Amino acid sequence: MRYAMAIDTKKCVGCSDCVVACQTENDVPIGHCRDWVVEVMDGTYPQLEIELRSERCNHCKNSPCVRCCPTGASHYSDGGIVLVTKNECIGCSACITSCPYDARYVHPDGYVDKCTFCLHRVKKGMQPACVAVCPTKCMYFGDLDDPGSEVSEVLKKRKYKTLIPEAGTKPQLYFLI
Amino acid sequence: KNNQSYFKGPYDFARTPTYCEVCFWKCAGWVHKDENGRIKKIIGNDDDPNCNGRFCPRGTGGVGMYFDRDRLKTPLIRTDVRGKQSFREATWDEAFDYIASKMNKIKEEHGPECTALFTHGSGGKYFGNLLKGFGSNNIAAPSYAQCRGPREVAFLATFGQGINSPENTDIRDTKCLVLIGSHLGENMHNGQVQEMSDAIDKGTTIITVDPRFSTVAGKSKHWLPIKPSTDIALLLSWMNVIINEELFDKKYVEKYTFGFDLLKAYVQPFTPEWAYGITTIKPQQIRDTAHEMANAAPAVIVHPGRHVTWYGDDTQRLRAVAILNALLGSWGRRGGFYNPEKASVPHFHLPDFPKPNKNWRDAMGGKYKLADLALASGVCQATIPSPEMSCSIKGWIVNGTNLINTLPDQKKTIAAIQALDLLVVVDTMPMEITGYADVVLPECTYLERYDSLRISQGRVPSIALRMPAVDPLYNTKPAFWMARELAKKLDLLQYFPFETIEEEIDWELKQVGSSLEEMQRIGVKLLDREADDLYFGEDEDVEFNTNTGKIELYSTALEEEGFDPFPVFTQHPEPDSGFYRLIYGRAPMHTFSRTANNPNLTDLMDENSVWVNPKVAKVWDLKNDQYVYLENQDGVISDFKIKVRITERIRWDSVYMVHGFGHADKRMTRAFGKGVSDTQMITNVMIDPIMGGTGMRGNFVTFRFDNKKAEV
Repeated sequence: MRYAMAIDTKKCVGCSDCVVACQTENDVPIGHCRDWVVEVMDGTYPQLEIELRSERCNHCKNSPCVRCCPTGASHYSDGGIVLVTKNECIGCSACITSCPYDARYVHPDGYVDKCTFCLHRVKKGMQPACVAVCPTKCMYFGDLDDPGSEVSEVLKKRKYKTLIPEAGTKPQLYFLI
Repeated sequence: KNNQSYFKGPYDFARTPTYCEVCFWKCAGWVHKDENGRIKKIIGNDDDPNCNGRFCPRGTGGVGMYFDRDRLKTPLIRTDVRGKQSFREATWDEAFDYIASKMNKIKEEHGPECTALFTHGSGGKYFGNLLKGFGSNNIAAPSYAQCRGPREVAFLATFGQGINSPENTDIRDTKCLVLIGSHLGENMHNGQVQEMSDAIDKGTTIITVDPRFSTVAGKSKHWLPIKPSTDIALLLSWMNVIINEELFDKKYVEKYTFGFDLLKAYVQPFTPEWAYGITTIKPQQIRDTAHEMANAAPAVIVHPGRHVTWYGDDTQRLRAVAILNALLGSWGRRGGFYNPEKASVPHFHLPDFPKPNKNWRDAMGGKYKLADLALASGVCQATIPSPEMSCSIKGWIVNGTNLINTLPDQKKTIAAIQALDLLVVVDTMPMEITGYADVVLPECTYLERYDSLRISQGRVPSIALRMPAVDPLYNTKPAFWMARELAKKLDLLQYFPFETIEEEIDWELKQVGSSLEEMQRIGVKLLDREADDLYFGEDEDVEFNTNTGKIELYSTALEEEGFDPFPVFTQHPEPDSGFYRLIYGRAPMHTFSRTANNPNLTDLMDENSVWVNPKVAKVWDLKNDQYVYLENQDGVISDFKIKVRITERIRWDSVYMVHGFGHADKRMTRAFGKGVSDTQMITNVMIDPIMGGTGMRGNFVTFRFDNKKAEV
């Protein structure tokens, strides 16, 4: 099993609903976030292009954060989801430094926190909160090992890219372009 | 009937139904609580056609409205002059006594007609009944004359039917969507954005006309970066191409429309070459986009937009939009505009209201007769005393609308307020307007109250229930209770036959075969459509509600009132050197100025910025993220400073900012002083002569590095 997410940059309007939905679902304290929206603009008026991306932890197959964690708090869980065990984390922040995607933050309670792909929901057969709420339905989540899953289907049909592939992390967040 | 125990249910529910109050779209959803009974999250209701189970960021962040510590907490009575924000806490009884005695005094001295209600939100119905029972029909919402009014009047004049809300645009099935200054996606009108996203998936052609490279411009096949204020010229040239190249729907035009030959003759001068000189849009691009529309027809939508009060000739611009749709045959056709149906829910029959002898219209000198709803700006105008006026309004109740930041020309709004004998403000938050109130009535948030049913129009008519998820925090109360208590004091209880709102809702629901108990479980109910008439049938004879019974390309209604029967292009003033046209709009995470203090939503965006083209930035030596003040053409300098965002996404003759920031009320601790209020900069208001809309895009600003006022 290999969980992954595909995000359609053509449909995303950058509304940040994914961010609020994640905050309320996962009790992320105000002032912090596990996901965020990036706008990249290119060109000169009036020849312009925008790409909008909802970003979060890439749940890399080859995660520098898991490798560098001194206590084993950062680890691979079901379907390759990268998690942090709160009470094993000493808040040293080595993982934050090692992450090329800047996907982690220090929770006010002292441990490092990040996107979990809402594993607690996924286990119940639900979609991650960000995917379930998105008004543009621009996010697809599922098992890449299952060729019939929504995420596998959409990656077959569409052109996509990953972020900073040169870091060799094998990210599992795919952006449809 | 008063069986309180019957309505006990809700507090044992793990999730309770609601419909959202953060914007007017009113999506239905579920409020979920954690194990301690604390509100945790709000999720869309899958059965609701307005949201299909998906809330927008504002709806998801609605929890912040409940948790905001800056909320109004208890009734307040003013102790100093208006605007000083000096209040003492009062009991509800004291507050109601104060209001009732002032209202009775106004009634004795000036007549009951000299009171008015401004309302935006769900509690408005009950304050409306109170006011009508009292003897006034001055009931206005800024969502008309400051927002969608011109499109309603234009579509009524053309098709005999307005657009209303949610819009009857069939975006789901359209092949070509034309947006004129309408930035769907940044305005998060949920159902429409969802349908637009589905349309993008299906490869629908989007054409966006906007001086700014909006989010949706970035998703469009054609972006027409038009020179601001010239849209009518573009619309006329599209008509010219569509008629002269015979791209229009001949059968439809012949069967359903009135005045085609006159229109054909009228548009002859308006060639794409003529429009190029005005709009800066290349003739080939005008022709190409006209062909795109015609190829998709009738599954094409030239979208009427929502906030359309721009230049004072707005009804005519929207008439041009309506005519274009008629030529393309999109009204009443799949992928164009469907025929909406509104749920029909009987209301309990109230005794007749007294007939007012006069209203705000008497102060307008016979103008704006085509306005089909009251004008908030007209009521404001009718409040400023003048010798000619027969109706000088003396008392206002303001429910859920921050008029200081909603009506343009703040000086005028404040002058009207200072002339009042009574200003009552009902709100959940301290806003600029509450700073001017004589009495502030703190309403509990929508998560803590029942409200009247949401009765929506759509492809399928639907109703939705809002019920309290938790008890109200602080000493706050719902609007129904406030209005009824006031009715007791004013001897108007006959207009409030139900003791609780639950009983009234239950009565209404039983008339449509449901009940409060059922709706508490399901939240949303779809009612049957009466007829299968979403679209016109093949060759169906259709009678339109216009003078001629046809779609009026040539408007006899406008002609009767002495206005041009066809839209006329007028050249509007341009900015002086060093000034830039102020364009404003929406951000998806905020609704007007009402969410500016919401902790969850300010976390996403806590101030606005001024978008400046790099060429302009170079002239002024501006840097990204630098703070500046703005000064407008009338010498008004912004109270606060605003962050500069240098971006290619805006034309060099304009600047852009998101509406609703720059709050001046210190009681809003998160929002105070953050960014600039566009409303403060809008002092030149161009009134639409047809329906009284307030055109707000004719203001020009320049940059300042301090906000020192000139020595006088």
